[in-house]
Amino acid sequence: MSDTINVALPKGRLGERVYRIFEESGLGCPGVTDPSTRRLIFENPGAGVCYFWVKPSDVAIYVERGAADIGVAGKDILLEYSPEVYELMDLRIGKCRMCVAAKKGYHDSTARTLRVATKFPAIATDYYRSLSRSIDIIKLNGSIELAPILGLSDVIVDIVETGSTLRENDLEVITTITDISARLIANKASTKFKADGISRLVLALKDRKGSI
Amino acid sequence: MLTADTLNGGDLAILSLGELYKSRGYKRFKMSRFEEYDLYAQSKDFLAKEGIVTFTDPSGELMALKPDVTMSIIKNSKELDGVCEKLYYNENVYRIRSGRLLEITQAGLECMGDIDLYSSCEVISLALKSLERFGKRFAFDLSHTGIVFAVLNESSVSEQERSLLLPLIASKNLHEISSLLGGRAKKLERLLSIDPRPGIGLCELRELSDSPELYAAAGELSDICGALGEFEGLRLDFSVASELSYYNGVVFQGFVDGVPEKVLTGGRYDLLMRRMGKKGGALGFAINLSLLERMLDGDSPLDADILLVYGDSPAERVMAKVNELSGDGSRVMAASVMPKKGSFGRVVLLEGE
Repeated sequence: MSDTINVALPKGRLGERVYRIFEESGLGCPGVTDPSTRRLIFENPGAGVCYFWVKPSDVAIYVERGAADIGVAGKDILLEYSPEVYELMDLRIGKCRMCVAAKKGYHDSTARTLRVATKFPAIATDYYRSLSRSIDIIKLNGSIELAPILGLSDVIVDIVETGSTLRENDLEVITTITDISARLIANKASTKFKADGISRLVLALKDRKGSI
Repeated sequence: MLTADTLNGGDLAILSLGELYKSRGYKRFKMSRFEEYDLYAQSKDFLAKEGIVTFTDPSGELMALKPDVTMSIIKNSKELDGVCEKLYYNENVYRIRSGRLLEITQAGLECMGDIDLYSSCEVISLALKSLERFGKRFAFDLSHTGIVFAVLNESSVSEQERSLLLPLIASKNLHEISSLLGGRAKKLERLLSIDPRPGIGLCELRELSDSPELYAAAGELSDICGALGEFEGLRLDFSVASELSYYNGVVFQGFVDGVPEKVLTGGRYDLLMRRMGKKGGALGFAINLSLLERMLDGDSPLDADILLVYGDSPAERVMAKVNELSGDGSRVMAASVMPKKGSFGRVVLLEGE
């Protein structure tokens, strides 16, 4: 591993906000936010930092496997995949909730197995195990809200930001499982061998956390 | 003849580690790949979240491909009073992780019996020397479960909170520890923020030690660090705690620069001995050589040093030429015609010599 700090940023608004903080702290890199470029990796050797954009759900994998030393990942991904990483900071951005939702007026019967549609089977399983409920997980990859409407499931476990999609589809939140926000994560080995470089980036974020 | 030139990095590491362990009186323990499943069924938490590969033997008995070496060694320990049984191994173990079958090459050692301060220091120093042998920078994180649990007890942490806290401690997640415990989080936050350099960290730890439990565990850690002396790479890190319920004293993990995961884990596991009906204490560690494979073996850009193209030459002549060319340790590949793919240091045409 070189002493350059590799940073995995999630594509989208959230990653751009975090990058701006690094940039304002003198850790920027030309071209990172240029929408016309097709480059994948941006390095600033002077600042000892290298950025790359990845799919938000892949950030934790890049960091866990050491391809990135640090990264920004949603708490939902960290809960679902339990990567072996250090969670250094709650960035308090990208806030939303992991919720159980169902059709308005849904009556929950504990007498039968609950059918749960979700993109997050580990989170749903852990939650219902804590309640000792018998469940049938239906793993979907998108349009989760359709499942209860079409009778595919009784409830869904999904991320709720404003709740407008639920309302428009006559669904409502039954329970909030946990609050979600973006977290700064670090590879465990990198924190041993690149401690100074990682501390520099973490401090930049800590100093400017209020303005993210 | 086997020489350093003919072995790959992984083979050399196994030999080198074996020599190291033998130099302190450890004996090799060679074992079968199979074990009765019952051995693991009673101590499933020993394997954390990883699954076991099982099968039924011809007599109908449920068997397992060995997921771990330690429990098999404990099962066969002799329980001799006043002495420590010292064994080392290198074995393949088999596990299921996230639905995938894994084969892992492990090397390690176990010291079982009357564990005293010297025994603890010996095992820890062998773990440190093992990491040194890989010839790269390394980090060795040392902790003590007694210290972490004493802090949790002093912070009035309930059983339910403890199960939520342990993964947060392992991921150094101070912000969620703080929201879970509120004002009670202070001591745990201080513990997790202790300076990793033993000289400074132990002083900070002494300032925290205001209960007999914590004082005793901190004293043990301090004695161990004192006896070990200066070791490059030795650090204190109390996030190495507690995910496994059978550890009950010093615990440690090791990292090697260039490998993104911990390659060495170990600690004191008297509780597992007790659970398996054995008296005495035990301390040991395992190194995941599969993780080091890429670093140890390196990447040769060549398929062979020499390609020998022999055409219609008689086999005897080809044999003699291969022996001649490989005499200096070169890797020689013989082929009757020039292969369409491959990279070689040089090509020798037998007919056209």
